[in-house]
Amino acid sequence: MKVLVPVKRVVDYNVKIRVKADGSGVETANVKMSMNPFDEIAVEQAVRLKEAGAAEEVVAVSIGPQQAQETIRTALAMGADRGIHIKHDGEVEPLAVAKLLKAVVEKEGPELVLTGKQAIDDDCNQTGQMLAALLGWAQGTFASKLEIADGGAKVTREVDGGLETIQLKLPAIVSVDLRLNEPRYASLPNIMKAKKKPIDAHEPADFGVDPTPRLKTVKVSEPPPRQGGIKVESVDELVEKLKTEAKVI
Amino acid sequence: MDFSPSEEQRLLIEMARRFVEEELYPHERTVEETDEVPVEVAERIKQKSRELGLYAAAMPEELGGGGLDTLSMTMLDRELGRASYALHYTVYRPSNILQACVGEQREKYLLPCIRGEKVDCLAMTEPGAGSDVRGMNCRAVRDGDDFVINGTKHFISHADWADFVILMAATGEEDGPRGPRKKITTFLIDKGWPGFTIRPGYKNVSMRGYHNFILEFDDCRVPASQVLGEVDKGFDVANDWLGATRLQVAGTCLGRCDRALELATQWAVDRKQFGQPIGKFQGVSFKLADMALRLRQAELVTYEAAWKHDQGTMTDSDAAMAKLAATEALAFIADEAIQIHGGMGLMNELPLEMIWRDARLERIWEGTSEIQRHIISRGLLRPLGG
Repeated sequence: MKVLVPVKRVVDYNVKIRVKADGSGVETANVKMSMNPFDEIAVEQAVRLKEAGAAEEVVAVSIGPQQAQETIRTALAMGADRGIHIKHDGEVEPLAVAKLLKAVVEKEGPELVLTGKQAIDDDCNQTGQMLAALLGWAQGTFASKLEIADGGAKVTREVDGGLETIQLKLPAIVSVDLRLNEPRYASLPNIMKAKKKPIDAHEPADFGVDPTPRLKTVKVSEPPPRQGGIKVESVDELVEKLKTEAKVI
Repeated sequence: MDFSPSEEQRLLIEMARRFVEEELYPHERTVEETDEVPVEVAERIKQKSRELGLYAAAMPEELGGGGLDTLSMTMLDRELGRASYALHYTVYRPSNILQACVGEQREKYLLPCIRGEKVDCLAMTEPGAGSDVRGMNCRAVRDGDDFVINGTKHFISHADWADFVILMAATGEEDGPRGPRKKITTFLIDKGWPGFTIRPGYKNVSMRGYHNFILEFDDCRVPASQVLGEVDKGFDVANDWLGATRLQVAGTCLGRCDRALELATQWAVDRKQFGQPIGKFQGVSFKLADMALRLRQAELVTYEAAWKHDQGTMTDSDAAMAKLAATEALAFIADEAIQIHGGMGLMNELPLEMIWRDARLERIWEGTSEIQRHIISRGLLRPLGG
């Protein structure tokens, strides 16, 4: 079985995000970038499947600027076998990513696509689902457990109020949640090996996909700074404020 | 000139940073308070660092090491150097000089060190021979196929963790360009060898948990097969292999500079006095600028020396400049970081007091700042006959 893992280059989770002065987006110049943490979990799971003998090959794919190759290289150092880079400098929306991934899937023929449930930059949580719809494949989202057996995938999903276990037919898309595993460190020998692993370079046009955004960002702004609390004199006043000011009851 | 780290170096730095934050930082307080690395902590760090290939990372790949070049190793030292030195050193690297092992010595000393089965320590310094290494009194006298060793070594780091010692002893005198000088021979001596005893050294202000010892040799008889390199050529062996040790000190200091500067910068943003963050006051912000500059200078000098070492063109002066720049930058940055923090900087809630205490040793070991200046100035004067 071949496993495809899309990985996204995002602002590192430790970085304090700053909004650009003109409100057009967030500052990414001179900011530490890393692999989306949910994608790291997906890579880890794919490598574990390979180590357990359930998968033969793990292919990491990233869509983004030249530096997205660094993200692919990180996946290779964790144990992925090879990479595919689709170079695109501007913003890419989930639908464009899903269309590009569909083309990669048709070319590569994986039986399983493991994605992070969402990227921590735009928090869209759409790509996996859109890809499943475009391909007409089964999907299991927010996986906290994954077992491959009898030509299918058993996925335990984290849903509101508990866990739901579903059985999927392969090929399938599985989007992974935080508790699926703890991603490994890339060891020094594997970092050295990653250098020799191939990364195929492509452009969106190679797959006949136009990644031009369909949405226009009107404005990006900082969340309002947290205000200090106040003391109320009576329960009546509290109820009143909850109704009229906080508007929660 | 390309100053950007390679892909492998970037990945190595990321991995090492995570290792330091998850495996070393959590034990720092214990080590500082008890002056010991708990055995189970040392074992876990050793195991983890071997899994990651950080153990013996600078040893050649064909010997089972990590095969890192000097520049990458210096970058690794920078990351590991962020943490307490005792914990940092638990991620052990065999002394480079062990690569001079030949024949059975390789099986007995070099390879077990790389595999993590044995640990070495290096004994050069004596109570009467510090900077003046050749002034050593510990002597080895040839007696048939053996050498008989007598003398005392002190300030011998981690002799408690070591299984054997790499000992330098005087084996005679020769005429040098500036008068008679001692000939030195290097020996490999196992702990427990008759006539060789180890006792605890001195309590000291720096590097808690990383101890120094006093080694005594009393008619200690070792066969000539224990000589590392050639008889009387101990200084050459040392010069061939120990130059990179100064880069290790420099790399370690860069890591602690990073950490102190990061803490001071964050504090300057978070701490408010007179109604604003203290970083808004020039008295604080200019300190940060000077700290950042000193760090950058030390980084460039150190990385250039390491790069030259990889090209085979590093001079004594290059290594001395790296060691001098990085250790003195650390002294400055640690001190200013505490000044920016005020009283909090001295409390053991923060790692700054540890960094500040440890920084003091860095300007002394592996050649004092004065010896480094001597080496640098010698490189200037000698070619002109001065």
